[in-house]
Amino acid sequence: MITQDEGSVGIVETEYITFAAPPNEMQLECGRTLGPIALAYETYGTMNADKSNCILICHAFTGDAHAAGRNHPDDPKPGWWDNMVGPGKALDTNKYFIICSNIIGGCKGSTGPGSIDPSTGEAYGLNFPMITISDMVNAQKVLIDYMGIKKLLCVVGGSMGGMQVLQWTVSYPEMVRLAIPIATTARQSPQAIAFDAVGRHAIMVDPNWNNGNYYGNPVPSGGLGIARMIGHITYLSDKSMHAKFGRNLQDKTEPEYDFVTEFQVESYLHYQGDSFVKRFDANSYLYITKAMDYFDLAQPSGELKRELARAKAAFLVVSFSSDWLFPPYMSKEIVSALRRNNVDVSYAEIQSDYGHDAFLLEVESLSRLIVNFLEYATPRGEDADEY
Amino acid sequence: MSTNASVIKPGHEGLALIRPELRYIVDMVKAGSKVLDLGCGEGHLLKALQQEKRARVQGIELSETAIQECVAKGLFVYHGDLDEGLADFNDKSVDYVILTNVLQVLHRPNFLIQEAARVGKQCVVSIPNFGYWRIRFQLMFYGTMPKTSNLPYDWYDSPNIHLTTLPDFRRFCRSNNLEIVKEIDLVLGDAVCKGVNAFPNFFADYGVFLLRQSD
Repeated sequence: MITQDEGSVGIVETEYITFAAPPNEMQLECGRTLGPIALAYETYGTMNADKSNCILICHAFTGDAHAAGRNHPDDPKPGWWDNMVGPGKALDTNKYFIICSNIIGGCKGSTGPGSIDPSTGEAYGLNFPMITISDMVNAQKVLIDYMGIKKLLCVVGGSMGGMQVLQWTVSYPEMVRLAIPIATTARQSPQAIAFDAVGRHAIMVDPNWNNGNYYGNPVPSGGLGIARMIGHITYLSDKSMHAKFGRNLQDKTEPEYDFVTEFQVESYLHYQGDSFVKRFDANSYLYITKAMDYFDLAQPSGELKRELARAKAAFLVVSFSSDWLFPPYMSKEIVSALRRNNVDVSYAEIQSDYGHDAFLLEVESLSRLIVNFLEYATPRGEDADEY
Repeated sequence: MSTNASVIKPGHEGLALIRPELRYIVDMVKAGSKVLDLGCGEGHLLKALQQEKRARVQGIELSETAIQECVAKGLFVYHGDLDEGLADFNDKSVDYVILTNVLQVLHRPNFLIQEAARVGKQCVVSIPNFGYWRIRFQLMFYGTMPKTSNLPYDWYDSPNIHLTTLPDFRRFCRSNNLEIVKEIDLVLGDAVCKGVNAFPNFFADYGVFLLRQSD
C-alpha cells in the first residue's frame, strides 16, 4: 500500500506556453479566431528518449492543469487526480511522462473570458468567442507538438475530460495509441444540457453578472454558487446522498422550523457553492458548459459510427453504474460504434454508488484497469506478426 | 517469460490446469481466425487462442472482476449481458462464436444460439450433460437434486437454469437449423478429461459441439 507521501510527485510547477499571436490566431469552430493563447500545463515523470511514454490527461469541467503533487509545500490539498498520478500509482510517473493541460475558456491560467483582450486592453467578458471541445483539443495539440511528441501513448480523462479524449481520437487519430474515456458521453444529453442551462440562467440573472462585465467589481457569486450547487447534485446519487448525509441535521439535534440551513445535505451544497465562487470565474462557467452542450461527436453525419471511423487508437471505455449524469448507456453507445467499426475496445462498468463523482473516487478498480490496459493492450497493427 | 501469474503459458499444460475441456475447443479453431467468446470469464480460452492459434479474439463477460482479469491479459472485452444479444455484430462477421459452459445460465438460450449462429460462420458450444449416469443415479436412488463436480450447486443457488442432455441439445440444434459438424463427448476429471464413445449420454458429463448454420 502506498501512502500519500510515498506516492506523491512532490512539489510541481505549473508551466505556460503562449501561441497564436496575431496575425496567426487560432481558427475556432464557431468561425471566429482567438489569439494570443496562453495554455497552462503541468508535467510529471520523465520523457524517454524516443518520446514514446507520454500520457495526456484531460481534465473535467472545473478542473485545472494541477493534477498531482503540490505547487507549494504548504498547499492544503494536492492536485485533483493525485490518487491516480505519481510513482507507483495507476499513471506511474516512474514509467510514464504525464502531461496535464488546462483548457482554453477556463480561468486556471489559460486564456479565457477573464483574460485581457489585447484589442481593447480589458477583460474579454462576453467578447470572448464561443469555444468547443474540439477547440480545446486543438490548443492542446499545439502543446504536444511544441513538446516534440509525435504520438501519445495514451490520452485519458473523465467527464468533460473524456469528451476531449474522444475528440483527440478523431481529430488526431495518428497521434493517439491508447484512449481511456471515463464516465463520459459522445454527445451531451438533453438532460445534461438542461442542468447546464439552469446553471447558466442562475448566473445570468444575478445583477452582478452585468452581461459579463463584472471584472473589477463584485462578481455574480450568488448565481455562480447556485450553478455549482445544481452541478453537485448531478455528481452525486440518491444512494450516495443517503450514505453521506441521510436526513441528518447540521450541527443540531432538533429542527428549528425556519429557513436556515437545517439538513447536512443543504450545508454541503452551500459549502460547495461558497468555496467554488472563490476559485472559479462565472463567465468561464458559461463558456465551458456551452462547449459541453455543443459536443456531439456524431455530427456532421448524425451517425456516431461513421464519425468515429477515423479513430485508430485502442480504447478502454469505463462507466459507473450509478452515474446518472453520464449513465453507462452513453458509454455503451461509444463502445457499440467502435465495435461496429472493428476498433479494439474494452468496456467496463464499475459497480459504484458514488454517482458521477465515482470517476474521482473509485480509485482501486479504476487504477487496476488503467495499469493493466497501459501495460498489456496492444493496438492492432502493432503486433510483431500481423495476422 | 512473463512473471505475471495471470498470463498463462501457451501449450497444453497451462490450459489443462485451468479447465481441461478447453483444450478440445482450442484444437477445433483454425489458426488465424476471428473469435468471439460469449461469457469469456477471465479470458483463459481467449488468451490460449491468441497465443497458440494467432486468433484475433474478443470476449463478452458479465462479471466485473473477470473483466479486470481479461484486461490484465491484454484482451479486449466487453462488460455486458448476453441476454441482450449481439446487436453490435454483423452477420457472419467472426469465424467462431464460442459458448463454453454458458448456454445453461441464460434466460433465453435459444435466442442467443440464434444470435451466435447469425454472427459466427461457425459456433463452438460446450454444455454439461444432465443425462450423465451419476446425475441419474442420485435422482433415482436418493431422490435428491443431483450435484456433481461440474454441476456443484444446490438447487436454490444454482446459476444453471436451463440444463440439458446431449440428445436434447442435438434436437435443439436441429430445431434451430444448426448442423452439428463435430461432437466430442467427454468425462471431465481433475486436470484430465477423456473422450467417451459408447453411450455418451450415459457416460459423458460434458459435450463439445462444432455447429454451422444449415443451408
